[in-house]
Formats: sequence, C-alpha cells, structure tokens
Amino acid sequence: MLKSKTIKISLVGNPNTGKTSLFNVLTGLNQKVGNYPGITVDKKQGQCKLSNTVSGIVTDLPGTYSINPTSIDESIVLDTLLNNQNEDYPDVVVVVADIENLKRNLLLFTQIKDLEIPTILAINMADQMKSKGISFDKETLERELKTKIILVSARKNTGIEELKEAIISYNSSDLSPVASIAYRMDHEFFEDVKLKFKDKHSLYKSWLLITQHQSATFITDEEHKIIHEFRSDIKKIEKLQHKETVLRYSVINEILKKGYRVNRSEGTDIRAYLDKILTHKIFGYFLFTFILLAIFQSVFNLASYPMDFIDTSFAEMSSYLSSKLPSGPFSDLLSEGVIPGIGGIVIFIPQIAILFFFIAILEETGYMSRVVFLMDKVMRRFGLNGKSVIPLISGTACAVPAIMATRNINNWKERLITILVTPFTTCSARLPVYVIIIAVVIPNKMLYGVFNLQGLIMMSLYLIGFISAIIAAYVLSKFIKTNEQSFFVIEMPNYKFPSFKNVFITVIERTKAFVFGAGKIILSISIVLWFLASNGPESYKNAESLVKLQQIDELNDEEFEQQLASYKLQHSYIGILGKTIEPAIAPLGYDWKMGIAIISSFAAREVFVSTLATIYSVESDEQMTTIKERLIAEVNPTTQKRRFDLPTGMSLLIFYAFALQCAGTVAIVKRETKSWKWPLIQFVGMGIIAYITAFITYNIF
Amino acid sequence: MLVGEKGIITELCLENIPLNLLEMGCLPGNELELVQLAPLSDPLYLRIDNTFLAIRKETAAFIQITKI
Repeated sequence: MLKSKTIKISLVGNPNTGKTSLFNVLTGLNQKVGNYPGITVDKKQGQCKLSNTVSGIVTDLPGTYSINPTSIDESIVLDTLLNNQNEDYPDVVVVVADIENLKRNLLLFTQIKDLEIPTILAINMADQMKSKGISFDKETLERELKTKIILVSARKNTGIEELKEAIISYNSSDLSPVASIAYRMDHEFFEDVKLKFKDKHSLYKSWLLITQHQSATFITDEEHKIIHEFRSDIKKIEKLQHKETVLRYSVINEILKKGYRVNRSEGTDIRAYLDKILTHKIFGYFLFTFILLAIFQSVFNLASYPMDFIDTSFAEMSSYLSSKLPSGPFSDLLSEGVIPGIGGIVIFIPQIAILFFFIAILEETGYMSRVVFLMDKVMRRFGLNGKSVIPLISGTACAVPAIMATRNINNWKERLITILVTPFTTCSARLPVYVIIIAVVIPNKMLYGVFNLQGLIMMSLYLIGFISAIIAAYVLSKFIKTNEQSFFVIEMPNYKFPSFKNVFITVIERTKAFVFGAGKIILSISIVLWFLASNGPESYKNAESLVKLQQIDELNDEEFEQQLASYKLQHSYIGILGKTIEPAIAPLGYDWKMGIAIISSFAAREVFVSTLATIYSVESDEQMTTIKERLIAEVNPTTQKRRFDLPTGMSLLIFYAFALQCAGTVAIVKRETKSWKWPLIQFVGMGIIAYITAFITYNIF
Repeated sequence: MLVGEKGIITELCLENIPLNLLEMGCLPGNELELVQLAPLSDPLYLRIDNTFLAIRKETAAFIQITKI
C-alpha cells in the first residue's frame, strides 16, 4: 500500500475554515515557517506522525476562495499544485471546508479535484452540525464528489485519526474530475487550447496556466508563447473565469441538493447582537479606539517588568564575567561584545510577544474584519483601504510581517501605498531607543497629577507615527496613478472564542522568527562594533605613551586610566568613522559617538541601544552598570553640560521616528513590490524627512 | 434597501464585479440581506446565502435584486 515512508500533504481551504487550527492539531509545535510568518500568509510546513511507520510533511497553503490567481496568495497555491517539479508538490491534497459554508468551500474543492491530484475533503466544525440545523448525507456526497470525506473538528480534536488513515491510503483515491466544465465554458476556445498544447497537460491545467498573471516558471518557452497568444484577449479570459465560477456553482448546487440541507433558524443571534454593538456607527469607533489604547497600555505596563529584569541581569552578567575571567581579548569580547549584544535582542521579547498576543486574539475572534469594515471609508480618503488597518496595527510590532499582511489588498495602488507608509508606525524596534532616550532626557514627573510626562511623550511618538503614515499616504495617493478599478471584498467571519492553542503557536512562531531574523543582525553588528572600537591604527596602538606625553600635571592612576580609555576610543577605527560624519550630524545636535550608533543602526534600529552600550562600556568604569546611568553621566567636553540634554534627546527621538533604518523592511519591500525602485524611494524619502524634522526639533527645544 | 431587508439576486453586471465576489457566492438566484451599513452608507455589510461579507457601495451598485 505504501510507496514511501514520508507523505507530502498540502492543506488548502477558504479563509476562516479553521485550516490553520487543523494544521496546528496535525503538527503541534513541529512547525517550520519561512522568513517571516503571518497567520495565513507565508508557506508553513510541519512534521506529522501519521502512524508508527509513516510520517507526513504538511504544508499549510494560504487561505483562498479559489485557485483563480487574483492575488499573490492564490498564485502560491496554484504554483504549488500545478508544478510537479515544486519541492512542495503534494502526494495528496487535503481540502479543508467548514460545514456551515460547504457550498462556497466546494468551489475550491472542485477546482482542485479537476487537477487530478489525490484529494481528500476534510469538513471541519462538524461538531456544530446539530446546533446549526444541518443535515448531511456523507455516502451520497462521497459518491457525487468522487472523494473521501472526513468529518473533523480541529477544536474538539475529533476525526483526526480518521483523517490520518485517509492520508496514508491516498493511493486509493478516485482521480477522476467532478466538474468537467471546460467544454461547457466555451467549446471553440477549448478546442483551440487542446490543439495548441498538444495534450501535454490536462485541459483544465492548460486553462489555469493561461489565467496566470505572471507566467509560471516551470513551463517551456514554447508554452510561454502559446499562453501569451491566448492572453492577448484578456477580456475574454476574464469573462471565461466568471463563467467558470457560475458553472461550477451550478454543478455544486446540483450535488448538494442530493445530500446537504440547512434549516437556517436562529443560530445567528449572538452574531447579530455583537455586530449591532461592534460595528455601530458611533459606538463601534469608540470601542475600537478603546481597545487600541488598552492594548498599548498593557503592552507597556506588562512588558516593563521583564524588560527591567533583563536589562539589569545582562549588565550584571557582563560585569560578573569580566571580573571572573582572566582578562584578555576573549573576556573583553564576551563582556563587551557578545553579552550586551544578546541582551539587546532578548530585551525585545516581552513587548513583541505581548503585542503579537493581542493581535492574534483580535484576528482569531473575528473582530479584525469588523474593524476593516468600519475603517474602509475613512481610510479611502487617504488613498488607503480598510484592510490597511491590519498592517498599520501589526506595524507597531514589526513592519516586516505587517508588509506581508498587505497581500490581501487586491488593489495595487492601495496596497503599494500601504506598504510605503507602514514603516512610519512605531515598530517595537524603535521602542528600546525611545525608552532609553526618554528615560535619560525627560523627567519622571506627573503632569496635573494624572499624566506621567514620560508616558505622554511615548504616547505622542506613537501618534506621530500613525499621523505621519496617514499624511504620507494622502500625499502618495496624489502622485501614484493607476487606472485599475478598486475592488473591496472582505468576509465577515463568525465570532469565535479564541483558541488558546492557536494564539500561543502564533505568538511563539512570530516571536521566534523575529528574534532569530533580527537577532543575527544585531549580534553580528555588536561583535563587529566591539572589534572596531577596540582596534585602531598607529595612534591607537601607542595610546599609552601618547597620553603620557600629553599630560603636564601628574594624574593619579584612576584619572590616567580614564584619559587613556577615552583617547583610545577616539582613535579606534570606529572613533575615526564617527568623527568623519560628525559635521553632517552636528546640526541635529549629535556628537560622533551618537554618529557611530546611528550608522550601526542603519541595519536595525534597535542596534542603537546596544551600540551605545558597547561604546560606553569600552570607556566607562565598573560602578555604572546600566546603559541609562552611563548616558546620564555622559558630559559634553566643550560645554561641560550633560551630553544627552533635552534638545539632543528630542532630536534623536524624532530622527528615529522617521528614518527607515531597517534592513529587513527594505528587503521585504523589494520582495513585495518586485523592484528596487520603491524601497529606494522609501528609504531616501524617509531619511530626508528624518533629517529635516530632527534639525527643526533640535532648534526648537 | 434598508438594514434588515432581504432580496434575491436577479442580475449582475459581470464586468464590474470582482471575481472573488462571485467565488464567495454572489450569484443570481441567491438570497441577499443587508445586515449593516457603515457610516455614510459605505461599505455595506451583506449576507449572501450563508456567507457574510462587506463590499463598497460602488460595487453593490452592479448587483440587482428583487425584494422579498
């Protein structure tokens, strides 16, 4: 019965069918996600034990309503299923449907079935059949749809073993198509298709190749030509796609008449009731604002405790190691390069995890779609789309998954604008920079007895992020032209109690991807910086004798050590680099040390803090352990005042609010817009805005 | 059409309806109900058969119904 011990399985299904839940049940935490995950955005894979001898590799493909490629997600699905050279090309496809929306789900099923790949139909939420008044004749439907049907409930964990057994015996699947609709669509056209493709692919597969916006990568040049020819009459192709959908539905209706009945009675009471409140014309907005505020508040309050703890423990670990280890370059590398570097990554985890937790809950419950509905009209005024709300909110965690979440915006102009403005929102990488600078320059006092001044500044920075995103969108919408029609369709799923397993897995996966993705950059930059700061040309090596020569007065040992350390830093490679750019950043109120931090944070903003930590730990004494203490103690040598005073601090905050200092974002924008044009415009544009606004800020304060 | 009213879809202007709306079941013969309106009557929150979805006013203009 078995050919191999590993079976490749693809999970396909409409959004909101519980496909991801089923994937989580099948694979548990044995998941591997591509670079950056989004709930149904990127290709997710997981290991699954099917029986004692057989294991499976499950690919969770993005949720789609059909395989007609109208968005990138659908193209991913189509490419996986059409290209038998693709490494993910499945042995068996499991189409996940939900019992309540079977008719609509079957559209996708019949399309996949017609590809003649072994297919199993898993009907999820089967436990709700009774309460929804659904009657269902499994045998009849199995016969009519020519497939094995498994009733499952991912939430209640039922039917899973049966599904696994069906997967193992996929070889016995009936491969014949259910709806041979090609000729019914347009006889003449498909005769032509058949003739030109010379029966190399099935008729339906040839048709799908023609409908692709971008030609598939796995076909021959000759086939490219044929497809190009057919696509010259694009109106006809679109018309045929519409016709296909209508025909498929009529086939499905005929089949369902024989074995599926819904007595829609009440059932929708709770939904209607909640919708009345949550999408209310006034109260809906009020509630949304309240929820957002509550989320941000709790992110700050909850995360501050573990963050303080992480900050001090890493500082202590550094000084402990440097006191215990025999001194030398290795001890220095550990205590001044590696440990502060790792600390700079770990400190993010609480905030990111908490924010992802709330976003996952909003998505899981179905509330996010209501927000999209409420915000569409408002967002459209600024050239955005209701669906832009999700990227803008997720952008407060990290712009990279947020930009990937723009994929379900069908209109290219609205999507492009969303991509371009998302990095304005205050992502969590900016937070450590804000946190440290605010702690250093803004006094921790209460305003009118209720507002904490530091909190107020932080809040304003968030507002600046959102407002500038909206303004930038408005400006961009005047410049970017398109003649594409703007369509907006979004499903409003049922309200659900969030599954904590799903939320938990999402949080773990997203945080992990962030830490390992960004972490590598941060750690390696920290080590490079440490090296550049503790090595230098001739004058660095002879520092000791040169400092001695300069001194006229006798110094005690301690003073001498300090002079030496500061001299060394100035003449190290990094000091030379910082000094070189000092003239350019002096108008903004920065010195060469901040210059170093800004340069190094062009790959990732959060590096700013760990860079300052590295720079100052090179020259500071042992008592001042936390970065904050060191920054406060830093003195401007010419004015003898604090180096981090209010104007400089505010200017830094504004600079970081606008500058696009994130290699990850640049890379993802390049990938999503398929050109270097947009990331470059974005990078330069945001850089100019940052420089000008920081200059103005410095001169105001 | 007022919130809470129902109708049967009679005709669609196919060129102006996005394909994924059809795929979600917006087809002649199916029942449609106006569930909710966003401020300024845009977008519209609809139920078509068993599917709940939201579309913009401009798209809705291409769907014809007879009230029931």
